[in-house]
Amino acid sequence: MTLPSPGHIHFWLSGALLLLGLYGMLASPHLVRKLMGMNIMQTAIIVFFLTLAAKTDATFPLIGQDELAPAAEGYVNPLPHALMLTAIVVGVSTTGVALALVIRIHRHFGTLEEPELLAKLRE
Amino acid sequence: MNAHLPVLLVVVPLLAAAIIPLVAFRSARLARGVALATLAVTVTIAYAALGRALEVGVIRYHLGGWPPPWGIEYVIDPLAGGMAVLIASFALIAAVYAGPFLATVPRRGAGGFHAIYLLLVTGLLGMTVTGDLFNLYVFLEISSLAVYALIALGGPLGVVASFRYLLLGTVAGSFYLLGIGYLYALTGTLNMADMVIRLAPLGDSPGVSVGVALIVVGLAIKMALFPLHGWLPDAYTFAPAPVTGFVAAVMTKVGAYAMFRILFFVVTPAAVASDVLVLLGWAAALAVIAGSAMALAQTNVHRMLAYSSVGQMGYIVMGIAIGTPLALTGALLHILNHAVMKGCLFLTAGGVLFRTGASDVAGYAGVARRLPLGMAAFAIAAASLVGLPPTGGFFSKWYLLLAAVDSGLWPFALALVASSLMTAVYLFRVIERSYFAEAPDPARPPSPLRELPAGMLAPIILLAVSTLLIGILNQSIVTHVIAFALPVPGGR
Repeated sequence: MTLPSPGHIHFWLSGALLLLGLYGMLASPHLVRKLMGMNIMQTAIIVFFLTLAAKTDATFPLIGQDELAPAAEGYVNPLPHALMLTAIVVGVSTTGVALALVIRIHRHFGTLEEPELLAKLRE
Repeated sequence: MNAHLPVLLVVVPLLAAAIIPLVAFRSARLARGVALATLAVTVTIAYAALGRALEVGVIRYHLGGWPPPWGIEYVIDPLAGGMAVLIASFALIAAVYAGPFLATVPRRGAGGFHAIYLLLVTGLLGMTVTGDLFNLYVFLEISSLAVYALIALGGPLGVVASFRYLLLGTVAGSFYLLGIGYLYALTGTLNMADMVIRLAPLGDSPGVSVGVALIVVGLAIKMALFPLHGWLPDAYTFAPAPVTGFVAAVMTKVGAYAMFRILFFVVTPAAVASDVLVLLGWAAALAVIAGSAMALAQTNVHRMLAYSSVGQMGYIVMGIAIGTPLALTGALLHILNHAVMKGCLFLTAGGVLFRTGASDVAGYAGVARRLPLGMAAFAIAAASLVGLPPTGGFFSKWYLLLAAVDSGLWPFALALVASSLMTAVYLFRVIERSYFAEAPDPARPPSPLRELPAGMLAPIILLAVSTLLIGILNQSIVTHVIAFALPVPGGR
């Protein structure tokens, strides 16, 4: 077991955020809070990817037209950002579908607390 | 034209999914026609792609003309082509079956159903043809989102099952994505073929191990590998019949395919791959026993079949875990077999529910007299699930059993045999009841409607006949298709 080194602190932080989200999904009895836990977990992964792109002493990945083979060290890696844009879209759609389901559950069962919901399901 | 086959496989159902809700405004019947025609075209493309992959070799398509590893690459080798054929054919069969079922839902709903159904097909086909790890994640989420919506069509209980599946499915997707993040951080690539080369010098790095472990756990949730199967029984029990038929037949298999692809074609250089396979093997052995045992304890036929799927996924994973050519042949053949026979069983059970309202084993009393052809199909598919020759199920189980014995893995062989016996018990219970028990209420006037509507019966019979055909033709399926789908040293 190595202690977190200062250079890797962002990995530990995103890991902590991920576990926080998972814990929220497991521990909270309320469906909307579970959903919030899920969103926190997804955000942790987005943060993880974005920190991969970061570089010190680098600038925006905007390349002039004449510059054919730029030195990659000078630019921030744009790919993780592009990937996470897609992941954010996925997260938004998942949340949207989940909220629609939550509304239908609430309309039919009149509750979003899991213990009450389970009791009604058993009937 | 031929060069574009991989991308057409995804674009055709995707475009149709966008058009169908608009068509449904004018006519629900026309929308259904468009959906069926699209699926028929997709099946044709899938067959053409498989044929070409077998004849000419692997088809590679660079999206937008960007060469890999920078751009996204679609790859159809015989393995991906075979999966695509299975998915597309099954999508068409289940869509035909859905006709009489859709007659009972409001007309506006039919357009939405077909659009979401085609999105599900798009996602599953995309997962099979893509050669890019992140693209696989996107298609995984497309198919997942579509399936949440389809399961929620099954009434209030379906909505609750769908919500639970959504939470677990998102955790699965996130684990997969995080695993990809680890591998990307270490290799700087997302292309599967490129990843193989770049992982080789990394060897046994802990980062690779964490990445692979996260990917495997994510996909294991998606394929409902015991003990991560929690979402499956409710989802399969409460979803509408055509959805359960399709999802149970194909969706978990695509998860298994993705795991097979990644473990055998992408992370092979990493030492962790073989450790993962050992663990997976034992999880699979547990799944085989536990799935069948839990199925034995069910009184609801749908739930029983759902738990049976948990056990049968164990067979497939066990084949992948043993990893010898014989075992992989068995696993791939079982993917095909299980899709056909479990699809047939679920569609028949859905038909029985549709016609008689019975879903409990007790309620099946005398059902065979009302649905003689449907229950005959059920019996054939059940025989295949148990593994009786000459049905297809016998051969895939035989390959797996031989492979387990060859590798000296006696506990696995024992699990396979024990599970087959339990399968026989829980399925013959249903068959016995439906053929030999008297209907519970003879005083009630028999319903004038016998048998199922042709639209439901034809898919069921087609699948039952396929079960027998796969059994008879298994030798040529293995030598002409599956043999080419196995991983060869040196990659794709």
